[in-house]
Amino acid sequence: MKITRRDFLKISGVTTAGTLLGGLGFDLKPIESYAQELRIKGAKETTTICCYCSVGCGIIVHTDPKGKVINAEGDPDHPISEGALCAKGAASYQIANNPNRLQKVRYRAPYSTQWKEVSWEWALDKIAANIKKSRDASFMEKNTQGQVVNRTNGIASVGSAALDNEECWLYQKFLRALGIVYIEHQARI
Amino acid sequence: MTNHYIDFRNADVILNMGGNVAENHPVSFKWIQAAMDKGAIFIHVDPRFTRTSAKADIFVRLRPGTDIAFLGGMIKYILDNHLYDEFYVKNYTNAPFIVNPKFSFEDGLFSGYDPTKRAYDKSTWTFERDENGIPKKDMTLQDPRCVFQLLKKHYSRYTLQKVSEITGTPVADLERVYKAYASTGTPDKAGTVLYAMGWTQHTVGTQNVRAMAIVQDLLGNMGIAGGGINALRGESNVQGSTDQGLLFHIIPGYLPVPRAQWPTLADYNKTTPQTKDPRSVNWWRNRPKYIVSFLKSMFGDKATKENDFGYSWLPKLDPGQDASWLNLFDEMYKGTFSGFFAWGMNPACSSANAGKIRQALAKLDWMVNVNVFNSETAEFWKGPGMDPKKVKTEVFQLPCAAFLEKEGSISNSGRWMQWRYKAANPPGEARPDGDIMYELFKKVRALYEKEKGAFPEPILNLKWDYETNGHFDVHKVAKEINGYDLTTGKLVPNFVALKDDGTTSCGNWIYSASYTEAGNMAARRGKSDPTGLGLYPEWAWCWPLNRRIIYNRASVDLEGNPRNPKRPLLKWDPSAKKWIGDVPDNAVPPMGTDGAYPFIMKSDGVASIFGPGLADGPFPEHYEPLECPIEKNLLSNQRINPVIKIFEGGPDTFATCDPKYPFVCTTYRVTEHWQTGVLTRWLPWLIEAEPQVFCELSIELAKLRGIKNGDRVVVETPRGKIEAVAIVTSRLKPFNIAGQTVHLIGLPWHFGWLHPKDGGESANLLTPFIGDPNTMIPESKAFMANVRKLAQAPAKKSAKS
Repeated sequence: MKITRRDFLKISGVTTAGTLLGGLGFDLKPIESYAQELRIKGAKETTTICCYCSVGCGIIVHTDPKGKVINAEGDPDHPISEGALCAKGAASYQIANNPNRLQKVRYRAPYSTQWKEVSWEWALDKIAANIKKSRDASFMEKNTQGQVVNRTNGIASVGSAALDNEECWLYQKFLRALGIVYIEHQARI
Repeated sequence: MTNHYIDFRNADVILNMGGNVAENHPVSFKWIQAAMDKGAIFIHVDPRFTRTSAKADIFVRLRPGTDIAFLGGMIKYILDNHLYDEFYVKNYTNAPFIVNPKFSFEDGLFSGYDPTKRAYDKSTWTFERDENGIPKKDMTLQDPRCVFQLLKKHYSRYTLQKVSEITGTPVADLERVYKAYASTGTPDKAGTVLYAMGWTQHTVGTQNVRAMAIVQDLLGNMGIAGGGINALRGESNVQGSTDQGLLFHIIPGYLPVPRAQWPTLADYNKTTPQTKDPRSVNWWRNRPKYIVSFLKSMFGDKATKENDFGYSWLPKLDPGQDASWLNLFDEMYKGTFSGFFAWGMNPACSSANAGKIRQALAKLDWMVNVNVFNSETAEFWKGPGMDPKKVKTEVFQLPCAAFLEKEGSISNSGRWMQWRYKAANPPGEARPDGDIMYELFKKVRALYEKEKGAFPEPILNLKWDYETNGHFDVHKVAKEINGYDLTTGKLVPNFVALKDDGTTSCGNWIYSASYTEAGNMAARRGKSDPTGLGLYPEWAWCWPLNRRIIYNRASVDLEGNPRNPKRPLLKWDPSAKKWIGDVPDNAVPPMGTDGAYPFIMKSDGVASIFGPGLADGPFPEHYEPLECPIEKNLLSNQRINPVIKIFEGGPDTFATCDPKYPFVCTTYRVTEHWQTGVLTRWLPWLIEAEPQVFCELSIELAKLRGIKNGDRVVVETPRGKIEAVAIVTSRLKPFNIAGQTVHLIGLPWHFGWLHPKDGGESANLLTPFIGDPNTMIPESKAFMANVRKLAQAPAKKSAKS
């Protein structure tokens, strides 16, 4: 006897589903998938790729109408992962829903013992001023052999394999325009 | 990777060495399983028994840092038993090439070594060439100076007995692996290798991979379905971040970074690889087109023919200057830098000798740290042993969006560029990284516009127009990377359209064809698989040119017929005069019909069994790790790699055969954590599963040291010490190294003092600050340490000396 989810609702109603199930003697599977659907009912599906290792598994993220992430699971259409995720990928929903996420810009002054919350505007202005000061003070037009080098010796950067391709490209553009040559990231270590 | 994850299923023999695929790339294991279900043999070679070993048909142990000895023995076995693919070796590799008569190798040193410089003069590592500049060959492979015979001679010393004494692997185990893997030397068999940081994080890391490349060349396993050299990389976009040039030595698309000895574009273009052999495609001949198109993507209309397309605005390294990770932090430690960005990184835990890095951060005037969660780098100033009142560094901590809170592409190890969509807004005031860098540069530019300053041209002339309605627009950057025909304003179809006259732009030539007038290729979700090999050419996009297996013309014979009819990757259709199958590498006709050699990125057109490009020799040679348990290299009088740069003094201390540090130590990862744990230690499910740092040791060593399972122990090296929970296990076993018992210990490196409070410290407080001479990747996988039971009650915080 094949019972569709719609038929099942007609027979049992949702609240008594658990008790009725045994009595009617049909497969648990529709109930499980129904329960699953309840959690993500009305949710928006967004496809993405896992942020951890380099296999590139597909993830479907479910967000509720208010835009909150309520679930993340393997993408069954993805040809590499075919719906599977490892422990990390399966936990990735907890990246979005996590009270420990950094949510404010913080600043630690020289010799201070604590952070101070600051605005983006204030922080970016001050970082820009620091960049200019360090760059102007350390800029080298010619090396000791007299060769033109046009580089900034006083600033270094590491990062990042955690960025998207477009961000990586933009970041190298930013760094090289500033004349920075000490450019490294995770690939080296 | 030359191949890709699904392709594992096409292999007859799979070797995982220098990695732990089941635990560190778990989902990819389904494709190993798929191969095994069809009868493939799965081999794991590793110092430790792991979940990968548990699934393997053959598992054998080797001492950390002895992979070249192990693989050198395999090369000898293949040659002695004539198990190589003779057609492939003769036609598709440089085995027949005649080497310069002045080239030599003696007692661990190749010709040209200068002990004062700790470097080679490589002028004898060359081929003899005829009057037309084409390498001389002996197609019979009998000439004593041909590569094949030199290879045979070089590895004649790597006898089973000798290899066993070095690696600690019993002779019978060596033979089992060699026999099984060498069975793929026939055209109808494919063997693949999966490696990871267990190969790269050594002072011989590059040569570990080279040794395997030689095996693959001998067996004809490159360029075929189920073959290749496949790095299982550690991060979701570390392939992409490397491709996009976030390293000191390359600009996007693996173009060399400009240096002071090339002051003009014309000088730079002289670096373009040359060949005089008309049968060599030598794809790098196109370098001038790619650098000019890159400069156009950097400086837009401001890059003109008259100003060398703005080439002088790019910074130049000094000749020979190495600005890689270890040198970077060594300079920081010396106080060279006032400013520092740690963007999406946690070097206070991820770097070798992390204690040195933490001290170096205190020498900065300012640091910007961008991350999703808090980290030991952001808070280094209040970490163990630090007095914040004495730390001058000004720190900016910028909160960024996580992967599911922004749109953009990432590239997996198989070079698949896959598009991610935004599912939710980032929390609080967190912003996508792209928005942060985009806004920050605008502020820097405004300052230079207002106040002038040092050499403002590259800043003022930079093309920085990637916004829509006042917001950063990732699609505009994706299109910039693909490139434009500037005469029409249209996106170029691929890099074949690029020019060196300034009429095209392209941010990264290898990504050209990824975002064309036909749309965003990385976002595709087509599931067709016309070859049946799992190439999925309409799923996402793959560089270069959507070619799923690199060097794929090596899979066919001289007439263009598949050498393995069971798994045809490419086939030449002589009537239509075109290739059928994967995107051919490249579209020239087969070699036997006026075509070209298959290895188009090599200037000689063939695979390099003799590889003269590296710093430490054209053939891999076994040297001991910098810190090792034996006084003498059993193969020569060169104990360590003769060309590694040794950092001395201060925090850089090392110990070899020192009774205070008697055990070989290695580091690794667990399934539930990732890298330094910044993206996993804060996740409740994952930290519950793996809550703290542990130290694995054998039953034999535990007995020797009076340590019981669950005891708290101290692990110590000359750089630092950390506490850990002892796991006494039969997964580790002592090695018999030339009659001497050598014990192994191992720790995961995901932890740090910040969170969780009782989780323990980073294992990188122990690792040595020493790198491979080619890549400068640190030797985190083989060093010497001590382990002892913690005498007193467990401390709340882990100690750091």
